[in-house]
Amino acid sequence: MSSRHALQGQLSPSRGVHGKPGRGARVSNRLPEPCGTLSAAVARSLTTEGGSRPAPRPSDVRTVDDPLADRDFQLALWMLYELHYRGFEEVPDVLEWDPLLLAARAALEHRFEEAVRALAEPGADPGVLAELTRGAASEPPADVADEVVRRLVDMTRGGAEGGAAAYLAEHATAEQFVSYLRQRAVYHLRESDPQSFVLPRIGGPAKVALAELQYDEYGAGRPDRLHQQIFARGLEALGLTTDLTTYVDEAEAETLASVNTMSLFALNRRLRGAALGHLAAFEATSSLPCAKVADGARRLGLPEEVVDYYEEHVEADAVHEQLAIRSICGAVVAEDPRLAPDVVMGAAACLAVDGLAADVLVARWRDEPIDAGVAS
Amino acid sequence: MTASVEFCPGGPMLVRGATEVKDDTGEVHPVERPVVALCRCRRSQRKPWCDNSHKQPKRKT
Repeated sequence: MSSRHALQGQLSPSRGVHGKPGRGARVSNRLPEPCGTLSAAVARSLTTEGGSRPAPRPSDVRTVDDPLADRDFQLALWMLYELHYRGFEEVPDVLEWDPLLLAARAALEHRFEEAVRALAEPGADPGVLAELTRGAASEPPADVADEVVRRLVDMTRGGAEGGAAAYLAEHATAEQFVSYLRQRAVYHLRESDPQSFVLPRIGGPAKVALAELQYDEYGAGRPDRLHQQIFARGLEALGLTTDLTTYVDEAEAETLASVNTMSLFALNRRLRGAALGHLAAFEATSSLPCAKVADGARRLGLPEEVVDYYEEHVEADAVHEQLAIRSICGAVVAEDPRLAPDVVMGAAACLAVDGLAADVLVARWRDEPIDAGVAS
Repeated sequence: MTASVEFCPGGPMLVRGATEVKDDTGEVHPVERPVVALCRCRRSQRKPWCDNSHKQPKRKT
């Protein structure tokens, strides 16, 4: 491929962000660069030693118009969520349960959840949600579960990011393809981790099925098949860093919103139904698009490691879709029908928020002259 | 682990606990994940595995 060298030159692993010297491919868990009042307040509260730590106040959060498109808002929330995953090198681990930070997170989450529900509502169909709420109180649990399974199958016939996959398959330049990988890296370098938080919050057959799905995501006993690792190998084959913060620093608001939606659902036990519905929609709209993305990677002559990641997901997600819709969501609703409306809302949220993130990228690509695309 | 088979309505056949699948040409495909989905609609581009082609509109042939 003729542009391969140019691509690797532009995107060498040692390249820093914001003009700073690079910190090497393996450095991880550095705090991202704040980009506004909220993220700066969070960064300060994470790094100020002793004394008062000024977390963002609820009044700061209320001034945000559209949290889903507000990068500062999403970055602030992402940093607070990250304390529950791998944390940051320069931040003491004990701050994960710091009451001031939890209060700040709650204020951001409240505003975020409102926005996610508002965006998801048309796709979930308020009439259906009301019907499921009524049904949960009066109908046999197995019937409610069947109805949820039918809804999930119907909702996922299209696809969350079908437009992006089709563009990548047929039109994208190598630079545009790489810009897609760089956005997606924010999720894929932590792939499936949010859903692991749901395991201890459910029981019975749904728990067994979720564990079965996660086992596959985590390599099914083979470290080299850990999905996060397969994605990282693709980045390395392109000469790109596997440092998550590098990608967070350049992520769009909507890309951060996509991963924050998963954390919102997964880290709040009351939203466990939404987390599982989200998982079902994610898996059920993955297999066909991944085949297209793999086609695009082959068309552009990208390394086999990149193709491998998407090929793996064609087969894996055809299995996971069945597990997630029937064995996980069906079973969890059969056990607790009150979760039915949230399962459907979570699925609609996945389609809407991930659709938004994909739309932003496709709109940018379509505006770019075909030879002038430069990954940011 | 004993093998089990589950038919998904309108979808593939899930197989747990298999070590290999022999397709209709006699070719043997090793099973590399705990659960595999086998194509039932015969439209998969990755037979014997399901690739979700059953969800795509049918093409006139």
